Amino acid sequence: MSGFASSSIARKVVMALSGLFLVLFLLLHVTINFTSVVSPDTFNTMSHFMGYNGIVQFIMQPILIAGVIVHFVMGFVLEVRNSKARAVKYVQYKGSANAPWVSRNMIISGLVILAFLGLHFYDFWVHEIAYKYVEANPQDPTRYYAETVEKFEPFWRTAIYVVSFVLLALHLWHGFASSFQSMGLNNKYSPGIRNFTRLYAIVVPLLFIFIALYHHFNPITH
Amino acid sequence: MKLLLKIWRQKDAKSPGKMVEYPIDGVEGDMSFLEMLDVLNMQLVEKGEDPVVFDHDCREGICGSCSLMINGEPHGPDRLITTCQLHMRKFSDGDTIVIEPFRATAFPVIKDLMVDRSSFDRIQQAGGYISVNTSGNTVDANAIPIEKEAADDAFNAAACIGCGACVAACKNASAMLFTSAKVSQFALLPQGRVEATERVLNMVRQMDLEGFGNCTNTGACEIECPKGISLENIARMNREYLMAATKG
Ligand code: SF4
Ligand code: FES
Repeated sequence: MSGFASSSIARKVVMALSGLFLVLFLLLHVTINFTSVVSPDTFNTMSHFMGYNGIVQFIMQPILIAGVIVHFVMGFVLEVRNSKARAVKYVQYKGSANAPWVSRNMIISGLVILAFLGLHFYDFWVHEIAYKYVEANPQDPTRYYAETVEKFEPFWRTAIYVVSFVLLALHLWHGFASSFQSMGLNNKYSPGIRNFTRLYAIVVPLLFIFIALYHHFNPITH
Repeated sequence: MKLLLKIWRQKDAKSPGKMVEYPIDGVEGDMSFLEMLDVLNMQLVEKGEDPVVFDHDCREGICGSCSLMINGEPHGPDRLITTCQLHMRKFSDGDTIVIEPFRATAFPVIKDLMVDRSSFDRIQQAGGYISVNTSGNTVDANAIPIEKEAADDAFNAAACIGCGACVAACKNASAMLFTSAKVSQFALLPQGRVEATERVLNMVRQMDLEGFGNCTNTGACEIECPKGISLENIARMNREYLMAATKG
C-alpha cells in the first residue's frame, strides 16, 4: 500500500475525488445562495441553520476545509513534479495544437480561485467566527440576507466575484469530466458524462454570477 | 524549396545545448523530413562540420526511433504519422522550421536530436510480457476463443511503437499513454490476466521511478500519437491499478 499512496495514479485519484467532493459542495452552496434572490426569509433560515448546526459546523465544515486543502496542495505538488519531469524546456512548444487552453492551465485557474477563496474566507468566514465566538453576539436568525447583499454593494468586490467564477467555469470545464477518466471511467457513457459536466461547468458558475450581479444592482434601500 | 532550419545542437548529455541556424536550398516536396536532414548533413560533412545526429532506423513508421520535435509538435504538424513519414510538401518555400529533441527528464539527450529512451525499455521489462513456457509444447494462442471487441482493443493497444511522442507532447512529460498501451495489450486477453495484478503495479512503479510527470488528462498524447493509441487505455490502466492496489 505504501507504494500505492505515493504513485502517480494515486495522486490522480486524490485530485479527482477531492475535486468531485468540491463540485458537490458547489451545488449545495449555489442552491442556498439562490434562495437569497427568491426568498430572503428562506435564505436567512438556511444560513442560520448552516451557521449554528453542530454537525455542519464541527463535522462538515472541517471536512470541507480539508477537501479544499488536499485539492490545492496536491495541485501544487503535481505542478512542481511535472515541471521537474521536463527540466530543459522546449524552445518552441505548440501546446494549442493538441490540447485546449483550459486543460493546460488548471494551475492558473486554480490560483485565481484560491485567491478568491482568500477573499471569500475573509469576507464571510472570518466575519462569522468573529461575530459568533470573539464578539460573542447573541444569535440573530435575520441578519444574513442584509449582510450578504451589503457585501455586493462595492463594484470592485462584485467584479472580482464575476471574474473568479469565470475562471471557476474554466476549471470545472476540464476538471469535472477529467475526474471520471482519472478514476478509470472511459466507456460508451463518457460522451454523455462529459456533456453533463460541461453543462454543469457553465450553469453553476453562471448562477453564482447572476446572484452577485442581482444583489449589486438591487441594493437594500435604507 | 528554400528553408531556414533552427536545430538544437548539443555535444553530449552533460553539455548545454543551443539552437543553431542552417539555411538549406533545393529541398523537394517529395523528400521525407529525414531525407531533408540527410541532405543537410551531406552539406555539413562536405564543409567539414559535425553532422546533426538524429535517431532513425526503419524509415517507414514502424520502429518509432525518429523522435523529432518539429515546430513545437512531435513528428511535426501531421497526424498519425512518424517523422520519417512526414513529407516536405507539408512546408512552403521560405519557411523556418524549428527542430528539437523530444524533451523529458526521463529522455536525456545523447547528442543533438538523439535522446535515450531506455526508460521505456525498463518500464517494459518491469512487466510488459507474459510468462509462457516455450519448451515446444506451448498451447496455441488461438486455442482460447477471444471476443472480437477485446481482441481488437488489445491489437490496437499493441500498435504502440514506443516512439515517445506521447511524452514529448505532454505538458507534464507523462508516460501514461505508452505504459497504458503496454498494460492494456495484455490486460484485455486471458493470457495476460494471469500476471495482470503484478504487471500494472510494477510497470507503474517503474514509470514513476524513471521521473516521468503526472498525467492531468490534457489528451495531447492521444492527438500526437502516430499509432492512434486512445486515452481509453489510460482509463483502463487507472482501473487496473486501483483494482490491483486494493487486492494488496
Ligand atoms: S503511445 Fe503512441 S506516442 Fe506513445 S510511445 Fe506508443 S506509439 Fe508512441
Ligand atoms: S525511422 Fe522507424 S518509425 Fe521513423
